[in-house]
Amino acid sequence: MSLAVRVIACLDVDEGRVVKGVNFQQLRDAGDPVELAKVYDAEGADELTFLDISASHQARKTTMEIVSSTAEQVFIPLTVGGGVSSVDDVDRLLRAGADKVAVNTAAINRPELVAEVADRFGSQVLVLSVDARRAPGTDSGFEVTTHGGRRSAGVDAVAWAARVADLGAGEILLNGMDADGTRDGFDLDLIRLVREAVTIPVVASGGAGRLEHFPPAVDAGADAVLAATVFHFGTLRVGEVKQRLAEAGSAVRS
Amino acid sequence: MTADVSRPAVVVLDYGSGNVRSAVRALERAGASVTLTADRATAMDADGLVVPGVGAFASCVAGLRAANGHEVIGRRLAGGRAVLGICVGMQVLFAHGVEHGQDTPGLDEWPGVVERLQAPVVPHMGWNSVEAPAGSTLFRGVEADRFYFVHSYGVRDFTLQTKGRTRAPLVTWAEHGGDRFVAAVENGPLSATQFHPEKSGDAGAALLRNWVESL
Repeated sequence: MSLAVRVIACLDVDEGRVVKGVNFQQLRDAGDPVELAKVYDAEGADELTFLDISASHQARKTTMEIVSSTAEQVFIPLTVGGGVSSVDDVDRLLRAGADKVAVNTAAINRPELVAEVADRFGSQVLVLSVDARRAPGTDSGFEVTTHGGRRSAGVDAVAWAARVADLGAGEILLNGMDADGTRDGFDLDLIRLVREAVTIPVVASGGAGRLEHFPPAVDAGADAVLAATVFHFGTLRVGEVKQRLAEAGSAVRS
Repeated sequence: MTADVSRPAVVVLDYGSGNVRSAVRALERAGASVTLTADRATAMDADGLVVPGVGAFASCVAGLRAANGHEVIGRRLAGGRAVLGICVGMQVLFAHGVEHGQDTPGLDEWPGVVERLQAPVVPHMGWNSVEAPAGSTLFRGVEADRFYFVHSYGVRDFTLQTKGRTRAPLVTWAEHGGDRFVAAVENGPLSATQFHPEKSGDAGAALLRNWVESL
């Protein structure tokens, strides 16, 4: 009897299409986010995250349609992020059918946005996405980055996580940018430090490559684990990850 | 496919509460003919009324009152007509809510206070198991399943005095981080869940079907 560790499947979406989608056997169209969302749901994903990497305003409208269509067909929680910079953006996504909205760079530029969103819609809708990398000389050893981990935001990552939690974020999506794409495992030091600094849920992201990478992230304090690439390419399946977590003693949703 | 006339009519009360798209679709999937509206007559006439709710207790109560939802709920219950509250839509049915030290009166259908959860990690976010009592209609067939919760406040004490032949409410509990709180209540025509059945996959669909079939 305890809360299950969540396994979250993330889809990168560009102009309404899945980026780098794998051709699962049961998929009619590997590029259709709704189809892929259904597959992840059937495989036991506990939540879905759409990360909209569309560059244009017009393309974002396409994302809204995808969000609506998914919310009407897949009955698990859906988080949408990417380019969210105002209370109105959050409102539009929630109305379209998102349950939670992920905010990243916009909160760095204007931290009040966190409180504005939390006051209007409640903390539970607001996922604060933190792209962190190792940075010797900072207090925690980690700093916040922008531009996909290439630029320093000049902010200590652990202090930032604590601050946005105080401002009203409901959850931290913690992206280890050094580990991201390496498939060498999550950055456990980063997870531990943020876990100690906040009392809101922490989602570990970045670096998952093999099944054995998941239990240590939970041991380090993650309430949920998120992966995109390994699921996209079919390297790992959601069910396998949950089984491994269960074998390691975590509660999972079967 | 059953003809629409044989499907119970369910109204999802539209009073400006966040994402209701999934609730509408999930109820349709559960066999209901669903209308999203704040229209008083439609809400009064429906076989079942669903009261959604997310965000702050105080703003949900204010939104409900502004839409005359409190009156519709009260009238329906007086006539023994089904109402289902979801998440903050459950919380507002209690006597009052305390947020940031501020006490707000609720709809007072049940005694009790909605207060901040006392757990190491809050919000309570994710899939949790529940302790459903014997005889539950809602949880029939899904007693052992997990449901999706996302909330920072809850009802940690439920004591309802029943007199004579009045049946005591069936209270389902959940636990998180050492704290124990109400996960669902079934009390004659009035039911409610703290979790989101419309976001709880197959288990949630089964629970909604149990409710729709009871209408």
